[in-house]
Amino acid sequence: MSNEAVLHTPSSYAVHDDHAHDHHHHETFITKYVFSQDHKMISKQFLITGMVWALIGGLLSVLFRLQLGYPDSKFPWLQDLLGKFWVEDGRITAQAYYALVTTHGTVLIFFVLTAGLSGTFANFLIPLQIGARDMASPFMNMLSYWFFFAASCVMFSSLFVETGPFSGGWTAYPPLSALGQASPGSKTGMDLWLISMALFVVSTLLGGLNYVATVLNMRTKGMSMTRLPLTIWALFFTAVLGILTFPVLFSGFILLIFDRNFGTSFYLSDLYVNGTVLPNEGGSAILYQHLFWFLAHPEVYIVMLPAMGMVSEILSINSRKPIFGYIAMVGSLFAITCLSLLVWAHHMFVTGLNPFLGSIFVLFTLLIAVPSAIKVFNWLTTLWRGNIRFTPAMMFAIGFVSLFISGGLTGIWLGNSALDIHLHDTYFNIAHFHLVMGVASFFGMFAGVYHWYPKMYGRQLNNTLAYIHFWVTMIGAYLIFWPMHYEGLAGMPRRYYDYSIWESFKQFAELNRFISTVVIIVFATQFLFLFNFFYSIFKGRKATNPNPWGANTLEWTTPIHPGHGNWPGEIPEVHRWAYDYGKDDREFIPQTEPVGANESHH
Amino acid sequence: MSTPTTAAVPTKWWSGGKSPFNVEYGKLMMWYFLMSDTFTFGALLIAYGTIRFSSNSWPNPNEVFQSYPGMSEGTSAPLVFVSIMTFILIISSVTMVLAVRAGQEMKKNKVVFNLILTILGGLAFLSCQAWEWTHLHHEGAWWGSNPFLNEDGTQSSTNFTNFFFTITGFHGFHVFSGVIINIIMLIMTLNNVFEKRGHYLMIEKAGLYWHFVDLVWVFVFTCFYLI
Repeated sequence: MSNEAVLHTPSSYAVHDDHAHDHHHHETFITKYVFSQDHKMISKQFLITGMVWALIGGLLSVLFRLQLGYPDSKFPWLQDLLGKFWVEDGRITAQAYYALVTTHGTVLIFFVLTAGLSGTFANFLIPLQIGARDMASPFMNMLSYWFFFAASCVMFSSLFVETGPFSGGWTAYPPLSALGQASPGSKTGMDLWLISMALFVVSTLLGGLNYVATVLNMRTKGMSMTRLPLTIWALFFTAVLGILTFPVLFSGFILLIFDRNFGTSFYLSDLYVNGTVLPNEGGSAILYQHLFWFLAHPEVYIVMLPAMGMVSEILSINSRKPIFGYIAMVGSLFAITCLSLLVWAHHMFVTGLNPFLGSIFVLFTLLIAVPSAIKVFNWLTTLWRGNIRFTPAMMFAIGFVSLFISGGLTGIWLGNSALDIHLHDTYFNIAHFHLVMGVASFFGMFAGVYHWYPKMYGRQLNNTLAYIHFWVTMIGAYLIFWPMHYEGLAGMPRRYYDYSIWESFKQFAELNRFISTVVIIVFATQFLFLFNFFYSIFKGRKATNPNPWGANTLEWTTPIHPGHGNWPGEIPEVHRWAYDYGKDDREFIPQTEPVGANESHH
Repeated sequence: MSTPTTAAVPTKWWSGGKSPFNVEYGKLMMWYFLMSDTFTFGALLIAYGTIRFSSNSWPNPNEVFQSYPGMSEGTSAPLVFVSIMTFILIISSVTMVLAVRAGQEMKKNKVVFNLILTILGGLAFLSCQAWEWTHLHHEGAWWGSNPFLNEDGTQSSTNFTNFFFTITGFHGFHVFSGVIINIIMLIMTLNNVFEKRGHYLMIEKAGLYWHFVDLVWVFVFTCFYLI
């Protein structure tokens, strides 16, 4: 009974509408741009913070690629710039090298491709595409960003502590991460890393609860689940995955914090450090790996799914064709979500896992190829005989499909526990996951930014810069990661500081230099995008058409500059699915248009 | 998908414009949060189980937990004290149900009365836990130190106490948060916030959380005291 009381009370936004919308309640700079509760502003905050982190994370990779590509060269100017901890005698120090790869991984996976990707687009697209005034709880939404911001500050501060940031790899395996005396990076840097990640878990939980509640409860009239655009389905499953898996990581971190600070032995047993015997007994380092990968495998799908959703949408719009196999697309998203919870131990084939258990994880891992292949074929068949418009967003969407195929195929190799004996922890693995979830998700993110920029800022991005950005990044990504497959097949291990001292890997010195050179070029090219993005906010060509791409979804029925509440009048009602392109001799039919009497079925 | 729907169908819960589960968003969020918290506790308890079953032997809970306040020397009462604790927590769930029920009937005084009982139950549970922790600490048990021998008489690793204090502590922290939430609910009720709103829905959400914390205790209790 009290439920009905709430459900049938008009929301505060609806009340606003009854009065005219020209007498806006007064917004100060603080409430509009800083502590904003408007989902559109929060999404921009996520996006720009994510871009700052992408810049930092990319810069870190340029630094460690300098070491890998030019192990004999000296960079005294870098020493002047960064100081002695990072660069000594003109060479990046070993300690700094490990700190660089660790922070690069942590920052890009969590801060850029989780917060920056689903934080941005879930916030931006969910209310706009389902026809809601805002998120279910705008206040919690705001908190979600500020927890992320706090996590960012703590992580950033760890770059400046005397003993350096954490340097044990983004997976933070104990005992290295649990024992401060084991390495300088495991001291204060690791404490800050853990605090930052704990804040980040809170942020994803607050955000995820909001996304799920909004998608389920706040769809506009007529927007049944099967009429949702695929972006929303993808973001919904992403949020559910986050809600279910981040707490497990959190539990793992709680135990790790106790091991570090309170003398427990959850993960520690039978250890010597610097010749000293430690008293810890009875723990298991593999326990941490299970808890960690129970999050961290679904995490790659948390990173992938939003990109998949946006790419489906953009491919369909710009092929002027309905998405091929809508229900199969939703079904395979669901299958990926379920399977992703059952494959974590494929990261642990060589840690002493029972081989029989390993074989079960091989089975589930290879099963993921089925829904993934369904998605790929559906994207290709959506493109097939389409009337394709090669907008920058479309280029990045097609690039995503290419990268997903290239990186996905090597996943079938790595999913075999027998092949994994040879391939684990090599550059083959690095090439695989960078292509399939790193660069591919970045392409999804770029596609999303190029596609929805007119809706975000009411202006257009510059196309020439966008095409240069696309081609250099696309070719560069393959030039960087393709050769790494060969290095990995030859057994070259990851995370080594200097390969020139190894007889077996000397042959790759020039290849490494080539890769590093391409890295620098690709990194520099990203400044075109940054310039394009920030310049166009203020000086870009003004959008004159509220629906510049001729798309069906609801966000394009709002004004060019939607206010808080998104639609000035009534929320539009939905009468059809989102993919009526090229139907009955009409280029596109928006979701708000009622189904005509003579309209054909699809 | 885009075929027109006929009006003859009773209620289309999933067709948009309404909540498919007929709950407002806050309750939906609470359910999802509880699901998430289930995974937190699940991970901790599975970690505990993994370590315990990979150990050769483990201390016997009947020997460790056999004291109660004011007990005379030389007697032992295995699991009596913790049973009282558990009973108190379960009774506090009953009073929470009564508070929720009273809220649905818009009976403010009854809500206040039952909320006070629930808060007292929570505080009583926390006091019992504080006594038990202090008692164990005096016996030499703490994070990183375990005075108890294994059941087979061999030296035990510290993981018995490590897990005990971490997981019961994490649960105790949840109970503590629940008591704070209930106190806030009580103050809001006394200030007529819910009367003005016309519904006591927040009490229902607080109730969901409180029952969840009780349910978790049943598992924690089983894993540490009974098995």
